[in-house]
Amino acid sequence: MSEITAEQVAHLAYLARIDLSPLEITNLTHDLGQIVDSIAKVSEVATADTPATSHPMPLTNVFREDIVVPSLTVEQALSGAPDRAGDKFRVPAILDEE
Amino acid sequence: MPNAEKKNRAELMDFDTALELFEPVLGFEVHVELNTKTKMFCGCANEFGSGANTNTCPTCLGLPGGLPQVNKKALESSIRLGLALGCEIAEHSRFARKNYFYPDTAKNFQTSQYDDPIAHDGSITIELESGRLVTVEIERAHMEDDAGKLTHMGGATGRIQGADYSLVDYNRGGVPLVEIVTQMIEGAEHDAPEIGKTYVAAIREIAKALGVSNARMEEGNVRCDANVSLRPRGSNVLGTRTETKNVNSLRSVERAVRYEIQRQAAVLAGGGTITQETRHWHEDTGITSAGRPKSDADDYRYFPEPDLLPMAPSREWVEELRLTLPEPPAARRKRLQAAWGFANLEFQDVVNSDLLDAVEATVAAGASAQAARKWWTGEIARLANVAGVAADSLVTPEQLAALIQLVEAGTLTDRLARQVLEGVIAGEGTPAEVVESRGLAVVSDDGALIAAIDAALLGQPDVLAKIRDGKVQAAGAVIGAVMKAMRGQADAARVRELVLERAQAIE
Repeated sequence: MSEITAEQVAHLAYLARIDLSPLEITNLTHDLGQIVDSIAKVSEVATADTPATSHPMPLTNVFREDIVVPSLTVEQALSGAPDRAGDKFRVPAILDEE
Repeated sequence: MPNAEKKNRAELMDFDTALELFEPVLGFEVHVELNTKTKMFCGCANEFGSGANTNTCPTCLGLPGGLPQVNKKALESSIRLGLALGCEIAEHSRFARKNYFYPDTAKNFQTSQYDDPIAHDGSITIELESGRLVTVEIERAHMEDDAGKLTHMGGATGRIQGADYSLVDYNRGGVPLVEIVTQMIEGAEHDAPEIGKTYVAAIREIAKALGVSNARMEEGNVRCDANVSLRPRGSNVLGTRTETKNVNSLRSVERAVRYEIQRQAAVLAGGGTITQETRHWHEDTGITSAGRPKSDADDYRYFPEPDLLPMAPSREWVEELRLTLPEPPAARRKRLQAAWGFANLEFQDVVNSDLLDAVEATVAAGASAQAARKWWTGEIARLANVAGVAADSLVTPEQLAALIQLVEAGTLTDRLARQVLEGVIAGEGTPAEVVESRGLAVVSDDGALIAAIDAALLGQPDVLAKIRDGKVQAAGAVIGAVMKAMRGQADAARVRELVLERAQAIE
């Protein structure tokens, strides 16, 4: 069984800003443990000369030319904002600095 | 004392004493904003100074359905910058998500590079004012996108502290950056502050010479985070480092490094410990203050960006780009100083005023190097300063070269040339046209001069008598009157010669 702990799950949930109940933390600790165990099984088979796959498509070098295309209007850009002030997004005071 | 103030007034140890007790170890992260036409992953304009939130789209706002695509020009610029820093260019490179929540980042992650940066393992050698050469090893240069711009509202100071709320403009969000990370710099000793300044200046100069960035620090095109740690003399265990952010002028880099050395030395000597944290640099007060504790890299939960495909720049392309590299700025400076024969101070003056290109182009247009230097760093710099603009925006090197040639041919005195320069700046045409339209050429017609001299001598008979008695210093009064009559458009030495002649000749 893996070494995923409830503390790790709670920390991850905090980093991802997901509010979890104690029951959810217990369940996710179990689920994540199983996932980590499964990955460990795959690692047993994958030798050092098997390159890691980060993308399922065997493609590289898909680029865009440096040409300006029209942006959203300010109204469109701000249409989903919970709050605004003039043409800017308005957000609550940021408390974790200074 | 209020808490905030107490926190800001750190004890500082004298710099020399700090260096006796501790050895500083430095590291720098310099962000260079690329001057591509569009952002890194979408076609929104990369433009400084547009109306707020006018350059955004679903991709750079992190809205559902946005799909990033790599700007090929941004990759090209990153590779060229990497090559100019002596780096290896990766055969396989990919982007990664750096996950964190902060309102200047609408996607809730920064698209950056983690374990496969585009460039790695380079170095540059910088020269300090003492002539000491320092080689700074570059660990990596990676591509990433910039964050939006926050404005803190309410509170007294416009700073985060005490703000009621913040406003966000996402125009800068998604603009391409290259972050250049050095290896640890050891052995800096007393030169540590100057090494910081000189290193950032060198990066800025290289980016500018390559043309990959506007490289204006005042517009945030080049931004520096300075890492400083101290270890006690005789120890080989590294001290805890702080990362000072937001150091955005060369002078500030120097001051911030010095400040952190003095602050950390005082903390350590007092038996305290250094907290690993980011610190904020305050340009106005010249101090740093504690920011958030530095997150572990693990907390960013980096993972390969699933929406972007890996990059594999072909070796042929990399070699083609290598051929486009300009002469390294340091080598160019050496060559130009030797060619122009400038003294160190003269040359530094040109470099510090950012007028190297202007002087070089003026010399190429046919002016002598010394005259080009004097005009650019003298009268033109003065006028530019008064107007609050860059010197090289006032006149072109070709216009100045033409003006200098008129002085050297004797058509203009320096004083007249300054008037012609004003006309050129006012848009009255080429120097020759301004001379013509304003009637400013030196009067070299002796007939006109003699008429004016005779009139002046006869108007001051007592002076005439003195000159005839051999008191030649009395001629000054007549020369002054003649120059005035000629509205300054005469060569004073020639006037003096003629005054002495005419004093004996006239009846």
